[in-house]
Amino acid sequence: MTTRIFVPRDAAALSMGADAVAKAITAEAKKRNVKVEIVRNGSRGMLWLEPLVEVETEEGRVAYGPVKPADVPSLFKGGFLKGEKHKLSHGLTEEIAYLKNQERLTFARCGITDPLSIEDYRALGGFEGLTKALTMVPLDIVTEVTNSGLRGRGGAAFPTGIKWKTVHDAKAEQKYICCNADEGDSGTFADRMLMEGDPYCLIEGMTIAGIAVGATKGYIYVRSEYPHAVATLREAIRIATAANWLGRTIQGSPHTFELHVRMGAGAYVCGEETSMLESLEGRRGLVRYKPPLPAIEGLFGLPTVINNVLSLASVPIILAKGGDYYRDFGVGKSRGTLAFQLAGNIKQGGLVEKAFGVTARELIEGYGGGTLSGRPLRAVQFGGPLGAYLPNDKLDTPMDYEAFMKVDAMVGHGGIVVFDDTVDMAEMARFAMEFCTIESCGKCTPCRIGSVRGVETMDRIIAGVERERNLEILKDLCETMTDGSLCAMGGLTPLPVMSALRHFPEDFHRPVRAEAAE
Amino acid sequence: MTKYTPEVVIEPPPGAEELALTICAAHDNRPDELLEIFHELQHELGYVPEQVLPAIANVLNRSRAEIYGVLTFYHEFRRSPGGRHNIKICRAEACQAMHTQNLCRHAEEKLRIKFGETTADGQFSLEAVYCLGNCALSPAMMIDGDLYGCVDKERFDNILSDLDRGGSA
Repeated sequence: MTTRIFVPRDAAALSMGADAVAKAITAEAKKRNVKVEIVRNGSRGMLWLEPLVEVETEEGRVAYGPVKPADVPSLFKGGFLKGEKHKLSHGLTEEIAYLKNQERLTFARCGITDPLSIEDYRALGGFEGLTKALTMVPLDIVTEVTNSGLRGRGGAAFPTGIKWKTVHDAKAEQKYICCNADEGDSGTFADRMLMEGDPYCLIEGMTIAGIAVGATKGYIYVRSEYPHAVATLREAIRIATAANWLGRTIQGSPHTFELHVRMGAGAYVCGEETSMLESLEGRRGLVRYKPPLPAIEGLFGLPTVINNVLSLASVPIILAKGGDYYRDFGVGKSRGTLAFQLAGNIKQGGLVEKAFGVTARELIEGYGGGTLSGRPLRAVQFGGPLGAYLPNDKLDTPMDYEAFMKVDAMVGHGGIVVFDDTVDMAEMARFAMEFCTIESCGKCTPCRIGSVRGVETMDRIIAGVERERNLEILKDLCETMTDGSLCAMGGLTPLPVMSALRHFPEDFHRPVRAEAAE
Repeated sequence: MTKYTPEVVIEPPPGAEELALTICAAHDNRPDELLEIFHELQHELGYVPEQVLPAIANVLNRSRAEIYGVLTFYHEFRRSPGGRHNIKICRAEACQAMHTQNLCRHAEEKLRIKFGETTADGQFSLEAVYCLGNCALSPAMMIDGDLYGCVDKERFDNILSDLDRGGSA
């Protein structure tokens, strides 16, 4: 009898040696003369357990992790092929509380199968949404998405249906669907995990978007830091095209949709939608003035839907199960689920998909298990490098777009970066400004010059030079950047800076260290 | 981060211009595919020699200034040869929360170079990156497209000595 063993091919698992573990399992099985089939699946998102090896048994899949190549002989000896107990065993994967208590809609399939198997994808409900969409009037698809309450998962949270309606109504020979997969925010990896773990889901969502708005071409703009995602997507597009789920006359319908992957080149600002369009046209990623909106004049000057990976990947289930089903999750104006990403100094880092409304504390303490260092938690940055830092006493805020705005923070893309009490928040404020100097596209003055002045001012504050005066300059500078910048790069850099100052003022007034004063 | 720029003009490898034109032709000389063209050129040569830019500008029907502008805008593209192995260490927030500063200092001391430089034996280049999407397993590092998580000083040394022996860790 052949036993099926799952060893993830997700980049995070590979970064902890998954390839070597797969090799060791093959070698050990050969040595013991037992038959095993190794499936390279996506990641389940329990990243602190990577490489998480699963063995298929009659009771279900049993999880072992984190597995090192040296553990493999003892796993075989301990009978892991039958799901026996071992010091690395976590029991049935589906019963692990971290996974079991999630509400997985977008990531429902991620980590279960070989991400490139189109048969597995269909067996788990894949292409149900698209099959339905092929029989629908395009405007009805747009209405279904509008009804679901889905808002842009890239961070800006603009209602997806309204964006689609604008492109649907625009008249043009050619329209485009552009997927923004330039996931540059520190603390976020959900887009990468989905592209590597369930690429057909994104392809299906983009095809539905194409049918809905009348676009026959699509681009996925992936950052160059994600070579594994690029390779998986290119292969998935090739297979889907061969199986007629992409290309001309999709599944015998009159619809055509072609999909291309384009790789960025290490520019954070290209995650800004108009900068991304410039980059897709082969230019410097300089931000464009708005209006015109990309929905009216986007890629090559034509109407373009630009959506984040997770917005598009949420579409198949909305079509398959209906907008109402999706809208029933969540609270207030934040409907559905968000893939929260627990990162930084956290014991159990990974991906937790939950309906909006869960508190930050439930995620960080309940799922994350607190800091990895075991030291007290001091600050948490939400929503990437342009998001606010919040102190421990604000963590009972429910994770929804409006509740976070009330505490002057952003949910953003769902990235949560935890810091323990060794963090120096004045240094983090300085870094926010420094990051802006490195990544600014340079088009507008508040961002290009303001960030350089911001670093200089922070240096003076840290060095104890005319502190009160320089803190006033910093506040003034942040106001100018917020009000005067062309896009979120310069416009939101003040958010981490000012939130650090507001919640952690003591770090801006520390006694000057000896070496800094010299 | 200022990048290492050589003071002497480096002669491009022989056949670089022909290679650039072949790659452009494979992309139907489409100017919107310029980033892909640079990626492929860099993959082949390890960097994009500035001497080939006029030829690319010519076939893509864009100005030399535009082509040069694109090359210099993106952090990923190198304008001078790097080391045999390109080490990128993440310095973004999630990795800072796990003290990537210590790893960075260690890497500089171990390799005896600063970020943006290449070791004298041409073996390693060291670059800073801002997020590799491995934020739950910080600090993260990428070498020649291979991702590493939870990199402490010891793991860094082990990975490097494996590479020095010719393995790909």
